[in-house]
Amino acid sequence: MNASENGAATGTGTPVGTASGPATRAEYCVIACAEAWRGGGEILASPMGAVPSVGARLARLTFAPELLLTDGEATLVGPDGEPEGWLPYRRHLALVTGGRRHVMMGASQIDRFGNQNISCVGDWDLPSRQLLGVRGAPVNTLNNPVSYWIPRHSPRVFVERVDMVCGVGHDRASAAGPSATRFHRIPRVVSDLGVFDFATPDRSMRLASLHPGVTADEVRAATGFALTVPADVPCTRAPSPAELALIREVIDPGRTRDREVRA
Amino acid sequence: MTPEEVVGRLSSGMTVGIGGWGSRRKPMALVRALLRSPVTDLTVISYGGPDVGLLAAAGRIRRLVTAFVTLDSIPLEPHYRAARQRGAFALTEIDEAMFMWGLHAAANRLPFLPVRAGLGSDVVRVNPELRTVTSPYEDAEEFVAAPALRMDAALVHLNRADRLGNGQYLGPDPYFDDLFCEAADAAYVSCERLVETAELTENGSLQTLLVQRHSVTGVVEAPGGAHFTSCAPDQPRDEAFQRAYAAAAADPVAWEAFAARFLPPDGDEKGYRQAVRTWHEEQAAPARPEEQATPARHEKRTDPAGYEKQADPARHEERS
Repeated sequence: MNASENGAATGTGTPVGTASGPATRAEYCVIACAEAWRGGGEILASPMGAVPSVGARLARLTFAPELLLTDGEATLVGPDGEPEGWLPYRRHLALVTGGRRHVMMGASQIDRFGNQNISCVGDWDLPSRQLLGVRGAPVNTLNNPVSYWIPRHSPRVFVERVDMVCGVGHDRASAAGPSATRFHRIPRVVSDLGVFDFATPDRSMRLASLHPGVTADEVRAATGFALTVPADVPCTRAPSPAELALIREVIDPGRTRDREVRA
Repeated sequence: MTPEEVVGRLSSGMTVGIGGWGSRRKPMALVRALLRSPVTDLTVISYGGPDVGLLAAAGRIRRLVTAFVTLDSIPLEPHYRAARQRGAFALTEIDEAMFMWGLHAAANRLPFLPVRAGLGSDVVRVNPELRTVTSPYEDAEEFVAAPALRMDAALVHLNRADRLGNGQYLGPDPYFDDLFCEAADAAYVSCERLVETAELTENGSLQTLLVQRHSVTGVVEAPGGAHFTSCAPDQPRDEAFQRAYAAAAADPVAWEAFAARFLPPDGDEKGYRQAVRTWHEEQAAPARPEEQATPARHEKRTDPAGYEKQADPARHEERS
């Protein structure tokens, strides 16, 4: 069942007023992340980061009630934290390869074809900055949809070529052959400036929508590669009053979202 | 056995698997015993946390096999970063699923298991020894052949065990400790509490008895033996102490003082526990005005180079 009253993919960009003020940039980001899980069906939403976590719960409480969520440990939970299943790491990895999951990962670097790096900066043999390591990015990107959340859009993150391909992008998947492309999908990249996808002939990154108050030129200046910018870029859709109330009063009263996104 | 007796069975140059995950239920008492021993030149196989950090800081690692090293609530492990950035050891960096299937392969005495992970990624670039395997069936699909992660010894920490080596996890996740034990020629289990066999089923269902005595060589009773990592439900992660560890690990001078206080070469596990208790008492004591400690600084959201840190996997559902 789909209980959505907020089906518009884009809005006018007019800030929505509520008793506690118009929607903030962070709240637009929450909506943009939540939209990643629209229409996904009965799959696990795996958000990494505060804003995607708020977004996933918002989607679950509104237009995507079939979504599965975890408590961040090994329990599948409903939106109020009520346990409904067990998902230790070994089962989680099986769920990844079964494909019934859409993860939103972070990225220390991401390039125009959606290759993602969380391992290290510089030469892998002797990195200038060691980061996390590849984690599950290789298995994620070849098995279930992977979107990305970048809280601080800059040319240091949006780079021409990533130093270490952890999450596989379109060009690398194609070069690796049919086994790699079979389940490969990168639905969207959300940053604090806008939403991006790969709806271009060569599967390179495209500006899909701008958050209110952001211009295409600002995005271009903050991106370290040539970005496809359509003639008419829509605005990221506004949160509805009901969604704003959920974000502010139910899901994230502690405002974790504001610690991730510059006002 | 005692932690010292376990480490006495290890020798330099061995391949040692360490159970747990990140900063969760790591056999830290056994790692601390390892630090007090002369054993070095190790190939370490671990879903890495402070176990890797401590061994790296002490220069005991020749090669590390891992998918990540993290402190969970603190995304990046300072000792590991420093060691990597000075090229302190060789690294086999593989995906989390390749790691898991490597354990399965070893436990099942197979040379490899096929995974649809790694293809197209730089995992195959930085591990040129990796091979692919083609399905012999009609689909003819190509996969990475995740090599078996066979080890000389495995070290794991569990909530309960009996003297025979039947081990029990009581937290939400067994991690991969059973596979580590089955993939190793010798496996050593430390536990919060050593109990009689009959008591095991009083603590939890049969399904919690995942580590079995035929795959275990020795058992150590080590209450608090996962400290400062989490060991639910017995102990949560000691976040305050982990923060102190990470702060010290980021600064060579501070680390020398930290190591002298908590990890003296002539110390033992009992001394460590006492030192931690004393430290917590100091933290709780209100500082006199004339000797106000520096107020705790908020962790910086972004590192100096401006690269975004990854979100805390524990809090934000990073499972793989």
